[in-house]
Amino acid sequence: MSDDVKALSAQLASDPQSLVFLRLGELLRQKRQFDAATRVAQHGLERHPHLADAHDLLARIFADAHDYEHAFDEWDMTLRIAPQHTGALKGLAFLYFKIGDLAQAESHLQAAKDAAPDDPTIEQAFAVIRGEAGATLAPPSPAAAPEQPHVSERRSESVSALPDERIFAGLEGAQEGLLLLDAAGLVLGGALKTPEGKDVTDTVAAYLAGVSQESARAARLLDLGSWRGLSAEGQGGHVYLVQPTPESLLLLMRDRSLPLGRLGLLAQRAAQVARQWLERQR
Amino acid sequence: MTAPALARALDLITRVRGVRGAMVVSRSDGLIVAEQLMEGIKGSAVAALASSLAGRLHRAMVSAGLGPSQFWHLQCDHGALLVVPAGSEAGLLLVAVTEADVNVGLVRLELLRAAETAP
Repeated sequence: MSDDVKALSAQLASDPQSLVFLRLGELLRQKRQFDAATRVAQHGLERHPHLADAHDLLARIFADAHDYEHAFDEWDMTLRIAPQHTGALKGLAFLYFKIGDLAQAESHLQAAKDAAPDDPTIEQAFAVIRGEAGATLAPPSPAAAPEQPHVSERRSESVSALPDERIFAGLEGAQEGLLLLDAAGLVLGGALKTPEGKDVTDTVAAYLAGVSQESARAARLLDLGSWRGLSAEGQGGHVYLVQPTPESLLLLMRDRSLPLGRLGLLAQRAAQVARQWLERQR
Repeated sequence: MTAPALARALDLITRVRGVRGAMVVSRSDGLIVAEQLMEGIKGSAVAALASSLAGRLHRAMVSAGLGPSQFWHLQCDHGALLVVPAGSEAGLLLVAVTEADVNVGLVRLELLRAAETAP
């Protein structure tokens, strides 16, 4: 353990209510000790649940650990507490950029610029989104740590290099528990793997062909309007099906540790991403 | 499952407020085995579709390594269809048709409880 971590840990131990956990968590994040950083941030949040900077810290830790879904949740929470929090606005811009939603990325960056017009990293991020040569984008660092630039060489994501298979990039489990199908059951994006790691994408897709039509018919026969979602509990996990568009079907699969209700929320978010992607293909 | 047992199982389900009806459906052919449905519900057609959907979901979930489905829920604008497999080797389906504002968790519990009574 480095001296600075030791010193901050001791300081926090002597005064658990202090905000020194923000500095300690940030230091651990920079050292890429994500588990320790997460614990520090979460313990801090237990004592200061409405502190926007604490949610922002946790979001940055999640983002660095590539847990973009939880990062999104934390930055979303940050903005609920502090709607002009530039760190959260830049963070969400980064996540939207990663999933290819450039309009949302730009919108969040503009909001960040309105809140902090003198922040040079925002213009750099705009350059990335506009596809200017040489520009790359990384998760935002806190304003208190300008030595960690917002735009850096650490993660390289060119706007023009977003291939189709990355529809769900940035969403947790995109390559093992998310599947987008067309009406005929052909795979448009995502992938499914069994808990043992076997790829079952095409098999499951074939079985799900026709689910949309049958669900729609059942809803119509029962005068229930349109169907909005189909969830199923299995012994080893849950699945949730939604229709991003009338011609497509999206499946989200998770183990049983994730409650069905939360799975539904994730599915709606993934459906929104899929809808935007499908619209861009037209 | 005997006729009185089927009736008891359906009673458990339909007494929940917001449930418009319940059925016991043969999974293999989609035919109704027993029903307690409100007037106007097209039981036979819904039973056939429920059976077909159950088959698709079952195969998809088993293929995905999740095991057979134990409960599924079709959410619609104005209500829902809730289904639980029942009976030996899950040869039956317990189906509930509900209004939109039903307590889904309660119906699910009653469906699972009713399924336990099936032989």
